[in-house]
Amino acid sequence: MRTPENSADLVAAEDVLLFANAAITATGQREFGSGALDQRLSLDFLHAYIRVNYRHLYAASLALDINDHNAARIVLGLLWTAGEASAEERRTEGRLIAARLARLPPQRVYRLFGEVRRAGINNRRTRAIMRDWLAARPDPGHDAVKYRSGVKTAARHVHLRCPQGAGPLAEVGAFLFRPGKLPRYEHPLLDAWRRAHYEQGAVAELPFTVAEGFAARHGMKREVFLKRAAPRMTRLERLRTHAVAQRPDADLAAMPLTRLALYVLALPFEQRAARRTELTGALRAAARRAAGGHAGSWGRVHAVLDDSFSSSGSGQKRRRPLAVALACHHLLEVLAAPGAYRGLWTSGRGDALLVRPWGPTPLGMRVLDALEPGPGGVAPDRVVIVSDGWDNAPAGLAGEVLRVWRARLDPGRRTAVVHVNPVYDADGFDVRRLAAGVPTAGIRDAEDLPALVEIARFAEGRTGSAELHAYLDRRVALFLGERETEKDTEMETENETEKEAMS
Amino acid sequence: MNRLELTGLTTRPAQVWGGVRLVPLVREAPVEGLRLHREVYERLGAGIVELGDRTDYVSYIPHGLVADWSTGDPEVPRGGGQSAAYGTQLGGGGRDVPRTLRLPRPPLHRMAKRRPGDRLRFLPLHLALEGYLALHFGGPSTAWEEWSRRALRDGLSPRAEDAYLGWSVRGLGDALRIFEIHPDQCGVMVYVSDALAAAFVVPHPEDYRLLHASLVEDLYGDLVHQYALYGAPVAEFGARLGDAAHIRTLAELRAAARGQQRVWEEAHESLFARELLDSSYGFERVYRMGSFTLWRFLPPFVRDGSGQHIGETVTDHKGRVAYLKTFRLSDAQIRRGHLLHVLAGAEWELSRAAEVLGSSREELVRRIRAAGFAQLLKGNV
Repeated sequence: MRTPENSADLVAAEDVLLFANAAITATGQREFGSGALDQRLSLDFLHAYIRVNYRHLYAASLALDINDHNAARIVLGLLWTAGEASAEERRTEGRLIAARLARLPPQRVYRLFGEVRRAGINNRRTRAIMRDWLAARPDPGHDAVKYRSGVKTAARHVHLRCPQGAGPLAEVGAFLFRPGKLPRYEHPLLDAWRRAHYEQGAVAELPFTVAEGFAARHGMKREVFLKRAAPRMTRLERLRTHAVAQRPDADLAAMPLTRLALYVLALPFEQRAARRTELTGALRAAARRAAGGHAGSWGRVHAVLDDSFSSSGSGQKRRRPLAVALACHHLLEVLAAPGAYRGLWTSGRGDALLVRPWGPTPLGMRVLDALEPGPGGVAPDRVVIVSDGWDNAPAGLAGEVLRVWRARLDPGRRTAVVHVNPVYDADGFDVRRLAAGVPTAGIRDAEDLPALVEIARFAEGRTGSAELHAYLDRRVALFLGERETEKDTEMETENETEKEAMS
Repeated sequence: MNRLELTGLTTRPAQVWGGVRLVPLVREAPVEGLRLHREVYERLGAGIVELGDRTDYVSYIPHGLVADWSTGDPEVPRGGGQSAAYGTQLGGGGRDVPRTLRLPRPPLHRMAKRRPGDRLRFLPLHLALEGYLALHFGGPSTAWEEWSRRALRDGLSPRAEDAYLGWSVRGLGDALRIFEIHPDQCGVMVYVSDALAAAFVVPHPEDYRLLHASLVEDLYGDLVHQYALYGAPVAEFGARLGDAAHIRTLAELRAAARGQQRVWEEAHESLFARELLDSSYGFERVYRMGSFTLWRFLPPFVRDGSGQHIGETVTDHKGRVAYLKTFRLSDAQIRRGHLLHVLAGAEWELSRAAEVLGSSREELVRRIRAAGFAQLLKGNV
């Protein structure tokens, strides 16, 4: 039941969903159809448009599952144009920014601080935010060694007080700004860095990225170095160097679902076939972890999964759309009621493990197959389409089929159709849609599928924009509520007094 | 034979990128007995391909594919330098060495040496272009007084035409890169701003996968280059199910969807590819091997605004096309061909030719000069 709304509200709701889709999928990297520059220009425009017109919603989107690239851009945008916000808005934004920064990986935050400095954003509020984040870091010595230039820039910008004498901060200050002065450091990592200049044994104690440079300097052999540095590597670093070092395989049980799908797709076919039980088991376990409490609650689910040539992504995002499809395949199998799942690939193949990006996209015919009732004549409760929307055999057939289905064959909406799209289309400022009446959401990690389906519901137009705003407020409260319980109370009061003093 | 028979090939829906439309042609079963030469597979990095029964298949090499055939002796190391196939060739099995043309070393500073305006001066070795360029190459058959001494002695020599390389056709490279190849696809028709630029058919889907990217290294005429540069993006003729008042079950919906596929096939045959498939060409047999024949063909040079295509084709014993490659002539080239036809038909006598054309003799002289054949006429004509 729709309440009458004026068109401004409708446009606002549409814009918010557009931005949510873009912020979830787009990363400014080269995609299959468009180049990196086109993507970045498109994103630039979208960020500026939403920030100027819907500042409140722009800040609130930090609470959604958007990707880190866009989160950093939103933070930068908000700090840059802080003068345009009222005091109350600045307070909320400050809390959202602090909460989001706490979730970003540290290298992204240091890069963001570098951009803040280059942009010349130099007010007390920004410095307070940066200082808070730096103070919350568990090990300033480790950061100083691993992200030296980032820490240096940030320290300069916030006028970090590094007291003289002993103490961790004093050592960090000396390490950053007067590296040759101290003969010995108390902190083990700082000392290892000092010794690594002349001692090969110290190289293995350093974080991997720093150690690589020293290993090259000492002329160490790559295999030897990788073996010695193994305990210090993060999981991703281990994955990256896995092929080079011929080491035993990555720990499949701990990988998140989409990353595991990317790993599987990077293996050649013979290996995939040889390790079939292991890989399928790991994918199913990861899917169960991702589904959590929703497992088995979606009823009968039919899925259309795109494994055409365009799902090979680009050189910067190799096979990402196909990995998302594979991950969604396993996740939907867990989310559906037991035995009530049918996954259809556009190429017609039946074996999900040996899938490869090949062939055209006959989405229309495959959607028809998915709309067929299951065994026993039961129509599906949900039809999920995972595709980048470039329907070309023939073009537009999927949209037409869904339109006619909605209009003539299922006006009662017994079957819910949703389309998730892993690729951002730079020309359309949104992910590509199949048809006007099909709710579409952008997707980057398959684990977010249940949340995204909820967002896509708003795009169908059956719920009003008031509900959308309520949903966003709920997400923001949840986001900040989690944050509140994590922080120390004294840090919180310190923040409040600082902000009180400024506003 | 005087028509191209594309039986065995079905059309699939087109894929559009900007102004370029690529229409895939799919075979149900590949043509038996004709495969790409094994050397080409190895050279283009596809590794060793199982080409089946190697004793009795005919191999072909499209013109211009660069490979190193300098020696057939396994002990002698491959001589330096690259060579290109001289014209499309048919051969047996895979062991014979084709006629090759030694390529000059590519200059180091390619950008500086490139001719202005992105034009590539191409040597007249393409089999089909050779046929076009050799049109009435002998020049005047009767020594009328209007023809210069040079025309009588050397004929039309030297004869040269210009064409653009596929890289210069804007949007073609991107369209070919984005194109999703069908599993059984054996050919493609390239339309730039909905004008047929080239048709390309091979006998086997694996050959097609290898040669799909080579379309961007082909020659395209003036018209194609201009259309690509100045043309707007073309519309996608997607499926339309309309009002759908009569659809009540899923089976009817499926039938309607399949019906759209038939609609596209008919539309393509009757609208898009009509100028290629409905013209009657002048075929000239070049070579025959086993049950396959290599032809080149020339169009009738009709000046009614539709495209005139020259090309080469390999047909089997029933006259069905197994390999096809076409080139669309630009307007100036059509005019020249038409003029030469008329002159030759009138036995190179100017007044009679002018009568055939329906214009005056002075007009004809002006046209001959405008077409670039000024050296054929004496100065005082």
